[in-house]
Amino acid sequence: MKAAAFDYHRPANRAEALDMVGSLDNAKFLAGGQSLVAMLNMRYAIVDHLIDLNHVTDLAGIEMTGDRLRLGAMTRQRAVKDDAALAARAPIFAAALDYVGHFQTRNRGTVGGSLGHMDPSAELMALATLMDAEVEVQSKAQTRSLSIADYPMAYMTPAIEMDEMITGVTFALPGEGHGWGFHEHAQRHGDFAICGVAALMELAGGTISRTAITVFGIGMAPQRARAAEDMLASQTPGDDLYRAAADALDDLDYTTDAMASAAYRRRLAGVLTRRALADAARRAGGDRR
Amino acid sequence: MTTKSISLTVNGKTVDQEVEPRTHLADFLRHGIGLTGTHIGCEHGVCGACTVLVDGQAVRSCLMLAVQADGAEVTTVEGLAGNADDLSPIQAAFREFHGLQCGYCTPGFLTSLTQLLMENPDIGEEDLRKELSGNLCRCTGYAGIVRAALAAAQAYKEAAATGMGGSR
Amino acid sequence: MTTQMVGKPIQRVEDKDLLTGKGNFTDDIKLPGTLHVAFIRAPFAHARITGIDLDAARDLAGVHLVMAAADLPAPAKGKRILLQVPNPAIADPITQEPLVSDRVAFAGEAVAVVVADSRAIAEDAAEMVMVDYDPLPTVANLAQATAPGADKVHPHLADNVAARIHVGYGDIESAFRDAAHTVSVTLDQHRGTGNPMEGRAVLAAPNALDGGITVWSATQAPHILRRALVDMLEMAETDIRVIAPDVGGGFGPKVQAYPEEFVIPICAQMLGVPVKWIEDRREHLLCTVQERDQTWSVEMAVDAEGKLLGVRGRMQHDQGAYLPWGVIAPYISTVTMPGPYVLPAYDLETQVMFTNKVPTAPLRGAGRPQAVFAMERLFDLAADRMGLDRAELRRRNLIPAEAMPYSVGLIFRDGQPLVYDSGDYPRCQQIAEEKSGWADFPARREAALREGHYIGLGIANYVEGTGLGPFEGATTQVLPSGRIMIKTGAAGQGQGNRTVYAQVAAEAFNVDISQVDVELGDTGKIPIGVGAFASRLMVNAGSAIDVSAGTVVTKMKKIAAAAFEVSEDDLELVDGTVRVTGEQGPSLTFGEMAQMASGMPGYVLPGGQEPGLFATHYFSPPQAAYANGSHAVEVEVDPETGIVRIARYIVVHDCGRMVNPLLVEGQIQGGLAHGIGNAFLEKMRYDDDANPVTTTLADYLLPDADNVPTAEIYHVESPAPHNPLGVKGAGEGGTIPAAAAVVSAVEDALRPFGIQIDEAPILPERICELIDAARQDTQEAS
Ligand code: FES
Ligand code: FES
Repeated sequence: MKAAAFDYHRPANRAEALDMVGSLDNAKFLAGGQSLVAMLNMRYAIVDHLIDLNHVTDLAGIEMTGDRLRLGAMTRQRAVKDDAALAARAPIFAAALDYVGHFQTRNRGTVGGSLGHMDPSAELMALATLMDAEVEVQSKAQTRSLSIADYPMAYMTPAIEMDEMITGVTFALPGEGHGWGFHEHAQRHGDFAICGVAALMELAGGTISRTAITVFGIGMAPQRARAAEDMLASQTPGDDLYRAAADALDDLDYTTDAMASAAYRRRLAGVLTRRALADAARRAGGDRR
Repeated sequence: MTTKSISLTVNGKTVDQEVEPRTHLADFLRHGIGLTGTHIGCEHGVCGACTVLVDGQAVRSCLMLAVQADGAEVTTVEGLAGNADDLSPIQAAFREFHGLQCGYCTPGFLTSLTQLLMENPDIGEEDLRKELSGNLCRCTGYAGIVRAALAAAQAYKEAAATGMGGSR
Repeated sequence: MTTQMVGKPIQRVEDKDLLTGKGNFTDDIKLPGTLHVAFIRAPFAHARITGIDLDAARDLAGVHLVMAAADLPAPAKGKRILLQVPNPAIADPITQEPLVSDRVAFAGEAVAVVVADSRAIAEDAAEMVMVDYDPLPTVANLAQATAPGADKVHPHLADNVAARIHVGYGDIESAFRDAAHTVSVTLDQHRGTGNPMEGRAVLAAPNALDGGITVWSATQAPHILRRALVDMLEMAETDIRVIAPDVGGGFGPKVQAYPEEFVIPICAQMLGVPVKWIEDRREHLLCTVQERDQTWSVEMAVDAEGKLLGVRGRMQHDQGAYLPWGVIAPYISTVTMPGPYVLPAYDLETQVMFTNKVPTAPLRGAGRPQAVFAMERLFDLAADRMGLDRAELRRRNLIPAEAMPYSVGLIFRDGQPLVYDSGDYPRCQQIAEEKSGWADFPARREAALREGHYIGLGIANYVEGTGLGPFEGATTQVLPSGRIMIKTGAAGQGQGNRTVYAQVAAEAFNVDISQVDVELGDTGKIPIGVGAFASRLMVNAGSAIDVSAGTVVTKMKKIAAAAFEVSEDDLELVDGTVRVTGEQGPSLTFGEMAQMASGMPGYVLPGGQEPGLFATHYFSPPQAAYANGSHAVEVEVDPETGIVRIARYIVVHDCGRMVNPLLVEGQIQGGLAHGIGNAFLEKMRYDDDANPVTTTLADYLLPDADNVPTAEIYHVESPAPHNPLGVKGAGEGGTIPAAAAVVSAVEDALRPFGIQIDEAPILPERICELIDAARQDTQEAS
């Protein structure tokens, strides 16, 4: 399996990259390449021009200010996983990144590449959904920001234009002392999850002051479990409560494909939600393991 | 489609060559410069057989274009031991603990483990198995590989302690 | 004083090159001017080809040849690949054509080929080939193949039955009439793949001087491929040389000759330059033979004391569209069923069915895992039915060691009566029980359950016919340098054959293995040979080396005895010399002896011997050597997700005398990984139109380091009586009972739900479905 022929371009900065993508036909950005190059090799993707962003230096970086975290699009997944300050402030990032492929693919894979590829199982998309992220995109004409809710357009297709480039993503971090849980179901470590759940929880005086739950791998894009989140508000954490939350996931969209049925995904969503909430409550209660 | 000229270091030697943009790094190493120690098992990023070190980091060379390696420092299985006749600690341990059978997956395991053990020589078996899940071997059932890695870890620890990173 | 070489865990001679990137796999071989190939493969499982347009592809720059079946030169045109293992049970021995001329019968069959400057250009051109297909009705599985009025895989045949096999003995009717208990079950065992990390690969180079051709192939059987090429190309055997260089794993599917192995040499001959094709992973999952894929409906009759009375039933084997290796795999299944048990009566009717899928042919285990799965499932079921411990019921029926040799009452695939040659089956099970803590396990299981953990223990036994004939040959020669040279056709694909062959020779000559050179897998080096399958090489080639080396040693002693004027009995081989026993006497180095034996012009050869220090022996075993073993495995199952984790895996293994325990354990562990894949990971899926859907390694799940534990291995050594080394095959025993043992353990872990598992692999989703169904049943009952 060898890629169909294409031309290769290596812009040195954003302006050049945007010029290229605006003027070349059937062009695509190349970030870490961990999905795109495989698709090119298999000729699932055929392009005339590849625009390599690996030399556009101002696209990478991790900035944390207050409760905002901004990840530059070309930040390597490894860098996110290994960032000590981030691990201290929001450990769910390192935990989730551990499931992203394997260390060899994280060495090159990027944040923006993952968001752009939009695999239904992508952990970074799940975190973005969990933390109401804003995706920054830029074209020659304008810079705009999309809320993550408006970002997915179709299966593996974000709502961005052909001449736009993802430049970064900003997460709204949960408060200090929050708890978190992250569970995935796949038969092998690093495989695309058939279902995954990410959860955040904040407690105030023993009751739940805020939760966020995202279920992913079950449909086109990660989905917030709003009904379950609402139901948890102001409640006291406990097994019965998590079970009730797990029962409140019927309104999400579950697909059937070659790897799993919708019914099995629904089942897993419930199980993993319970487990993620239990973890989140335990951590929010001070047991940080 | 026009070719691009690239210049990189492979196992310590400078290489200047013209490449087609679509040629991935694995094909370039194997067929462009004859380093056939790097193997191709799937060409879609799953098996890990093609793993090489690019600037010290293990990467899948089937998922990186040769043009992207312009300016990089690449180490393949042929370059893991400083001297062509030597074996690096992980290579020697693979021999001792029967960590290979057909040897097709082996270069990918050796390069991956080189990064893994240099960065984390204290790794325990459970974590090691998880980190190795990105490399597939159909022959060994992994027992010899895991034993070899845990045994070799000691050597990387000593190298790290004495600051002798020379031989990978 | 003898250097003991056989039986030692010696490090491999192969390793250094492989560890430093100096291996020599087919794609590593660089011949100047080599052209590269891509195939045009059918996107339908069953279709008639109504038109092919090659012109656009032919016009692309860098393309040298584009060819469909109609363009094949004589004599290949219109021919099918030789069937090497015919069997009277086969109705119509249909094999593949090199390129499909008229009708494709599975998705992925090659209909045309492109030869170009590079693989990438060949693929560019392949996309420009236009093929018109008229899709035909497809037969996607056994249910569709056997349904009344089923569509036909091959329209010219009366039905989809490729072969019928009926085996049995004893009075099966009265066995079931007299039974105190009978249990029956229907079991599905799905398709799995070989997936060696190196796919198939072929390089062919014409020899302009003599009109011959050399073919390098990642094959398990160079001599078998040469025979098929001789048949297809109608060339003299001596004009075709087939070389298997380093091969990156085989596991069965690299035994038979494939269409590409004919098309590439034909292209090379047409173009007069070397031509290479490297199978990519998608092609492997589409076109390389697969296995398992059987449905068994069987029942077992047991008396009140738990003695087996009989087993009977029907089996259906999904053959796929062709018969590249006859019906060997299903046949082996049928005769493996009795296993290590005293089975007084047995009756099995097998239908081998065509479907529109890639053919099945032996894959590590070769039909045996399915039979063992069926027998062991019946045992578990019967034990549960009788309220007996699962190991206890087996124990009551194991063939006692005193009964060896034991005649089962069947004919094995080697045509010989199935007579187990040696072994201690009760002892193997006993060790497995002891090491796994079988007796205490129910208490542990209860305790774990109280903590919310579902743990289970499973056990499975097997007997495996290994070391099949017809023969393998080896030449042993002492070179003038004093080194020992071994040549044999029988190459491995990673098993370490060079090392073990060298051990056998080194022991015969009492030298270190570093003094032995081994040349393998080259039809140019030894005229006839067979190949690597059926765990047969150590028995066949190992014995051939042992015998031929012994012949050379005897000859050396005769020559030296004449030279020293002593008796042969007074001579010993030490440090590469032949000398009179003791330190002081005269001696000759091996090199000097080789010089002497090749003669000096004008002189008489010493000792009245034939010239030369070499001997060739073709070892032909009188019957198979029967290896056996017992596996016990402990698992933990998460009943909410269906995820299975293996906690411990115990293997008790008897492959006769071990030449190299390090390598034997490597084979066991590697085979076990494959069996674990078959137990709960690997499933080759097809849609209802027989299109494969798991065509990448991201969809077809191979076991990784995280789900294969290191097995605890215990050896029992019952020497094989029918070969000089006393060895039995070791390549497949790790695989054969694994699915049976793992599924037994999963079922045991889920006892609180009362589920029964009737399939392999058992996937998490299915486990959850079974649990849900069982819950529903209990709710309805209450
Ligand atoms: S060949 Fe690169 S990961 Fe398989
Ligand atoms: S040694 Fe053969 S694939 Fe690993």
